Amino acid sequence: MRILVNGASREIRAADLTGALEELGYAGAVVATALNGEFVAAAQRQAARLADGDRIEVLAPMQGG
Amino acid sequence: MLRFYESELRSRLLLGTARYPSPAILTEAVKASGAQVVTVSLRRESGGERAGQGFWSIIRDLGVRVLPNTAGCHSVKEALTTAEMGREVFGTSWVKLEVIGEDETMQPDVFGLVEAARILCKEGFEVFPYTTEDLIVAERLLEAGCRVLMPWGSPIGCGRGLNNLFGLKALRARFPEVPMVVDAGIGVPSHAAQALELGFDAVLINTAVSQARDPVAMAGAFAQAVAAGRAAYEAGPMEPRDLAVPSTPVIGKAFLG
Repeated sequence: MRILVNGASREIRAADLTGALEELGYAGAVVATALNGEFVAAAQRQAARLADGDRIEVLAPMQGG
Repeated sequence: MLRFYESELRSRLLLGTARYPSPAILTEAVKASGAQVVTVSLRRESGGERAGQGFWSIIRDLGVRVLPNTAGCHSVKEALTTAEMGREVFGTSWVKLEVIGEDETMQPDVFGLVEAARILCKEGFEVFPYTTEDLIVAERLLEAGCRVLMPWGSPIGCGRGLNNLFGLKALRARFPEVPMVVDAGIGVPSHAAQALELGFDAVLINTAVSQARDPVAMAGAFAQAVAAGRAAYEAGPMEPRDLAVPSTPVIGKAFLG
């Protein structure tokens, strides 16, 4: 299916958020996720099913003031 | 001792981590500042580059507390989601809450700020709201459950110091027991000293250090200014007057005219 990952269109095979993160190269990374604008806690990623056209945000620690 | 929520801190200087020339200079600047709290943010991570992972490793090695921000959020919804994400990633319930109302001045949207603060406090966050010097907004933030306030000195990154001294003094006087951090707009160490002299509990500095020609030396200069400002506040500064008052005794002066 085709989804938006951090604003970029990506084709993935995974059906849930945990699988998508692994497929997209985030395995083991410290990240926070949102699905269609809603926060998805790490513990809930497996249960977060993905559908064509979904938007996911994958955020990590960054410099800030 | 400075207290934010249940945490006691020795250093009254909080440091931002953005816009340093290199990670090594950031590390040395944090050490030179003596800061025990640094601000951090969340941004999109690329699965290929994983730049955030390296940054997070540097911060963890510093052994300081982190204060995640909601920088760049223009709506309550965005700020709430960012706060939730930050709590999970950074493992802290502290959040520097920013809800920006206008891009030119990055002035806080104080209506959205109060609304977001109320929700976050109910959800167990310990909120550090980035606000203006407005007394009524401060009152609403405290009613919402905030136990720290972060009034701006002047707009973020402008380096103009304390723009509204009268307003900041009134805020300090109105809520003497509330820990307050002057956040944003401080450009040079004398601005930081001034904030502490007025009785503000701490300052948060970023650009003034990271964009200095020598950020590490400037971090040290700010540390000294903050210490001097606090010592002066505790010593009780004299009241300013409009007319001269001779410091040398007049009594006993010779008549030589």
